[in-house]
Amino acid sequence: MGSSLLPACLFARTGIPAGKRKVVVITFGGGARDQETFAPEGQEYIPHLMRELIPQSTFFTQMVNRGILGHYVATASLATGVYETINNFASLPPAHPTVFEYFRKDLKRPASDAWVVAPSNGFNRIGESSHRSYGPGLGAKVILPKHLLTAATSGGGPDYEHLLRDNYETPFHTPELAGSEFELQQLGMMLKLSVDDFKAHALTLSSPDELSVYIVRQLMRQQAPSLLWITMHDIDIAHAGAYSLYIDGIRRTDRLCADLWKTIQSEPEYAGKTTLFILPDFGRDSDDDSGGNGFQHHRTGDALSRTTWMMALGAGVREGVVFDRPMESTDLVPTLGSMLGFSASLAEGKPIPELL
Amino acid sequence: MLPSDLKPEQFNGYPPEARKLVSSYVSALQRLPLSFLPNLLREVIEYDFKFPAERRALERELANLNSLSSEQIKDWLRGFAQIRLSSQLENFDWVNAPGQFVEQLSSHLWTTHQLDPFRTAALAYADRLRAVVPPQPPPVPRLGITVIGQGVAAHDEPLFRKLRAHGAYFSGVKPDNGLELLLSVVAARAKEHPLPYAHWYIDGGQAAAHDPTLTCVSYHALEPVRAALSAKIRIEIQRPGMGPEALRTHLAQIRPADLGFAKVGDAVLDRFQVKMLTEGSGTQIFSTTFAQWTAREALRRAQPLTLLVRFASRQRQKPMNEMLSASREAAELDPLGSLIDADMGAYYNWLNLQRLTGAEQSSFLVWFEGHNEAIAIGPSLPRGTVSNAAAGLEQLLSWAS
Repeated sequence: MGSSLLPACLFARTGIPAGKRKVVVITFGGGARDQETFAPEGQEYIPHLMRELIPQSTFFTQMVNRGILGHYVATASLATGVYETINNFASLPPAHPTVFEYFRKDLKRPASDAWVVAPSNGFNRIGESSHRSYGPGLGAKVILPKHLLTAATSGGGPDYEHLLRDNYETPFHTPELAGSEFELQQLGMMLKLSVDDFKAHALTLSSPDELSVYIVRQLMRQQAPSLLWITMHDIDIAHAGAYSLYIDGIRRTDRLCADLWKTIQSEPEYAGKTTLFILPDFGRDSDDDSGGNGFQHHRTGDALSRTTWMMALGAGVREGVVFDRPMESTDLVPTLGSMLGFSASLAEGKPIPELL
Repeated sequence: MLPSDLKPEQFNGYPPEARKLVSSYVSALQRLPLSFLPNLLREVIEYDFKFPAERRALERELANLNSLSSEQIKDWLRGFAQIRLSSQLENFDWVNAPGQFVEQLSSHLWTTHQLDPFRTAALAYADRLRAVVPPQPPPVPRLGITVIGQGVAAHDEPLFRKLRAHGAYFSGVKPDNGLELLLSVVAARAKEHPLPYAHWYIDGGQAAAHDPTLTCVSYHALEPVRAALSAKIRIEIQRPGMGPEALRTHLAQIRPADLGFAKVGDAVLDRFQVKMLTEGSGTQIFSTTFAQWTAREALRRAQPLTLLVRFASRQRQKPMNEMLSASREAAELDPLGSLIDADMGAYYNWLNLQRLTGAEQSSFLVWFEGHNEAIAIGPSLPRGTVSNAAAGLEQLLSWAS
């Protein structure tokens, strides 16, 4: 059934059977505004996206999120194709089936073929929903690199604390973990990393997102999942109100996206058969809305905070094309379904024809 | 309970002046939709601690609502009346805890996808109110001054990029005694127009010597308050079941005396300062955020005639729990990052000044402290221009006015 869902045009374009195809999704769980990214005044902050990735990509200028603008619930909405209404700050699974569950159930894929690397402890339930037809045992494995580091270092310690920052929306709180979290003993089994090597490498990193990308690379080499989802979070330091730190987060995310693209191109399991999606989960408040405080938050629900962009590049994607028509965050999962050959039957969005 | 069930004695828990104010309008309040009324009561319950400009605005809003017929009320608030509320919200004690109700309403609106219609209704109401009850013009054109870059010897990136299109950039500014000069200008305006809370000096570091007639808020002076607040937060987040919403509610209930403010003080200003730290995000840890947010709130609430904001260096970014800890060691500073923060903060100060009445006559100056660079914006200054001529800060202010 799966392969029959793959549009013939896509197969013809990629020359890759659905079963061999891989997808990597990078979301920024810290909205970024156009004026600090792709608008002319923001392009200096994203040199890698501008010069290296955009020319190779199909770019969508208006990705609209009509749901709740909290990072966990918005990422859950991106992953289910339905505007979720779960509590953004509670450790709860999405109510609707996730892309990982569709992928694994429809295509009969093993647990090792779908992974999520997520930024904060609040994301530990993102891998599988509470939906009765899907749910436990059918979702993605979730790695929380900070949780892993905490475990590896027996609680952190001063040398690692810069990598253990959690949720910037509620900086004083770290939700308690529950659910299918990655077990420390799997560090060696799955990622083939010794605790000492992991700790030593972590000391060379400067931010939680760098830690996440390090884990992603290890995961790609050791497990080579076909569906890999990474959510970054450094940009969300904007909630603390320091513009320079927000810009630093954007610059770092830009560099890390390019690094991941290079890894995709250089890893034999991924090169030539992987499609990469990059998108912020939403924007941030406009400077012009008196109800907000500009870049600091995403609370007004104004057009700028709801609208962001998406780029797709790699296998099956046309290069150097820009589309201005508005599309919704919920369109991502049905699009992935059409690409990989599963049916996102409960998703509300529509496949994006420009990518098929 | 619905608004139609309101009775005067239900406001007995309000502070005295708020109770007196609201007692005249109970019948008007009974006609308002529940999706609207607690937002209004959230302002009313704080009436005793509001600045004069806020009091006037609230009094005029209530008087306007009172003057409308039932049909007009329906017309004005139609959008609010169409918002669907839960029985949980209807049963909430929104008279005595309107702020908490509004928090829960916000969550309800997001969850039920009603935020956009609520936002549309709120904007329409605000536009209509502004048309019928226009804000009063200032008695003298407003002046905003922002001083950035304290402690920065040199920088690579151009400054004032967001403001240059709106004013004149000067690269030959004479910096000698600049801060003292600017503070003396502010003090002179305060003496000439001696209105309460009309002339402000906000400092993100330690306040310089200034005229006592100015309303002054400084990050440094609030250090013991910030330490007390951090200690409270650390205790609260250890409590079982304490989540983000509960913590926010707890912080909103903190009063000046809880944080060590003297009992005999300026109750209005003390409450304002506590709100900067308990309601602002990042204000507890970054002085640049504190200065920007305090300026925003001072402009929005007190609508001052004069505002001088001076940014200082904030601490370097560290893990949140470390920044919240009450370490006695001097924090490592980030002067260049703070300059970038302050440059954006200056732009936000200008935007917020532009939102007040008389914006077209107001003037605005940003100066890179101790250096030759400044930008001046005002009705008589050409926009998007550059001048290399030597000029004192006083001259720039004169040209901008």
